[in-house]
Amino acid sequence: MKFKGKVWKFGNDVNTDEIISGKYKYDTLNINEIVKHTFEAIDPDFAEKVSKGDIIVAGGNFGCGSSREQAPLVIKQLGISTVIADFFARIFYRNAVNTGLPIIECPLSEKVDEGDILEVNFEEGSIKNLSKNESFEFRKLSMFMLDILEAGGLVNYLREKKGFPLK
Amino acid sequence: MGKTLAEKIISVSTKKDVYSGDVVLCDVDIVMAHDGTAPLAIEEMKKMGVDKVWDPNKVVLVIDHTSPSPSDRISNIHAMIRNFAKENNIPNLYDAGSGICHQLLIENHVIPFQIVIGGDSHTCTHGALCAFGTGMGSTDVAAIFAYGKTWLRVPETFKVEVAGPLQSYVYSKDIILQTTKEIGAAGATYKAIEFLGSTITNLNMDERFTLTNMAVEMGGKSGFIPVDNVTKKFLEGKGVRNIPEIKPDKDADYEREYLLEAEYIEPMVAVPPRVDNVKPVSEVEALELDQVFIGTCTNGRLSDLKTSAKILKKKKEKVKVRTIIGPASRNILIQAIQEGLIEVFLKYGAVIIPPGCGPCIGRHLGILGDGEVCLSTQNRNFKGRMGNPNAEIYLSSPATAVASAITGYITDPRSILE
Repeated sequence: MKFKGKVWKFGNDVNTDEIISGKYKYDTLNINEIVKHTFEAIDPDFAEKVSKGDIIVAGGNFGCGSSREQAPLVIKQLGISTVIADFFARIFYRNAVNTGLPIIECPLSEKVDEGDILEVNFEEGSIKNLSKNESFEFRKLSMFMLDILEAGGLVNYLREKKGFPLK
Repeated sequence: MGKTLAEKIISVSTKKDVYSGDVVLCDVDIVMAHDGTAPLAIEEMKKMGVDKVWDPNKVVLVIDHTSPSPSDRISNIHAMIRNFAKENNIPNLYDAGSGICHQLLIENHVIPFQIVIGGDSHTCTHGALCAFGTGMGSTDVAAIFAYGKTWLRVPETFKVEVAGPLQSYVYSKDIILQTTKEIGAAGATYKAIEFLGSTITNLNMDERFTLTNMAVEMGGKSGFIPVDNVTKKFLEGKGVRNIPEIKPDKDADYEREYLLEAEYIEPMVAVPPRVDNVKPVSEVEALELDQVFIGTCTNGRLSDLKTSAKILKKKKEKVKVRTIIGPASRNILIQAIQEGLIEVFLKYGAVIIPPGCGPCIGRHLGILGDGEVCLSTQNRNFKGRMGNPNAEIYLSSPATAVASAITGYITDPRSILE
């Protein structure tokens, strides 16, 4: 997997209520209907400003709070290609992999600026900042997780494998 | 090598000797989903090409987050959950008014050494019974519905030892707020937290669940408390006998250790919008309130209601701000009625809402207005949590909450009671 996109920056401890408020998620299962409220509490215009392929770069503990899977789903639905955070909250991390939203743990929040263009290569574990001509490496995802992401999420993965291949 | 509680429980469950860092595929004993997470899980399971759940007796469905339904659209989503339970012959569907999912699991399902996975972040609560409880999202839950399995990385453990007697009007909620302050909102990410020490031994089960419930507020995967005589008595009350004492090995390996001296812990509040922005009540005292909420999976149990009613009875004063009381389950509500607590709440001006999550999740039964300030016994004070990003939520114990309801501003319960 390779992505190239423009950076949107977020701070530390972005929680799931800020990603998508609980008040929207109980009413519908249609992600398209709630996607316009993504990050509303932080930046009410975010959903309109973002373009397909853009990249989120955040500080630590991204996605903390509730177990709502709508959080990675709305980010993916907006067309964000990948989220890079210093580190993720644990349930968000699982949910992102399971829903096929590529995520990277790499401490870039102090090193890139909003609007920079990044090129990400998952197989190599490398990130290039084309705007600043800098390169970074990140710890590659395990094969199991990469397989799930490449299948487009756990649903497709389990449908293809007909169950868990792990022993 | 010695084992932590997390390592012991997963070792027993998987019948393997496992230690932190090991990744294991586990058989799940209980999988729970509620009206916020079940609908998506049901859809995802079907998309996996599976029609029926692997074992209907191990699936628990709860309609608690928005119940009774506040809108026609939510009613349709509830109907989908009921249909799924029917199609799959799932006996444990808890419908509106039964209570909050974690309280229902505690009352009716969880026993030590189980693997309990919930489509809710506060599933970490169940470690107070030495079950491995942790929260996951709807797709993980769907995979368990389909195959009864999930993968887990055995977590490293932080040891939090709390020693000595608590001051009067200081409770387990104050302990966990102090712990959150020390560890930080992300300090225990991916880790288990064990609560040990003489203070913990002296807590009843209601108070213990308050501690483990908030492990996730530090990023934790699960919170654990050893099984002792208090736990055994609690389990015996539910007909579960012959449970051994369960404690961590003396030479267990902890990633970090914290020591709190209980006598120095004061009534605490978490200042919005961060759970770890914790201050003694004395530092924010006199802040005017618009709403007080006593309830939730953190502090809606019988002990919490007893403490609250006792303070109202002692002061004999009506509440000065709107005060919402949400018993965590129907059983708790029945006991509260039998013990005369509900009459006390009503007499002194509080509102009783049906057992469930209530205003904590921001969809109904007490949504805040712009600029309003709420003091709540819940576990999160994030911006927008109670349905309005322009409102503020402070967190405290039930005693501090009810003392503040009586005065109308944030109040140290000791200042009006001692």
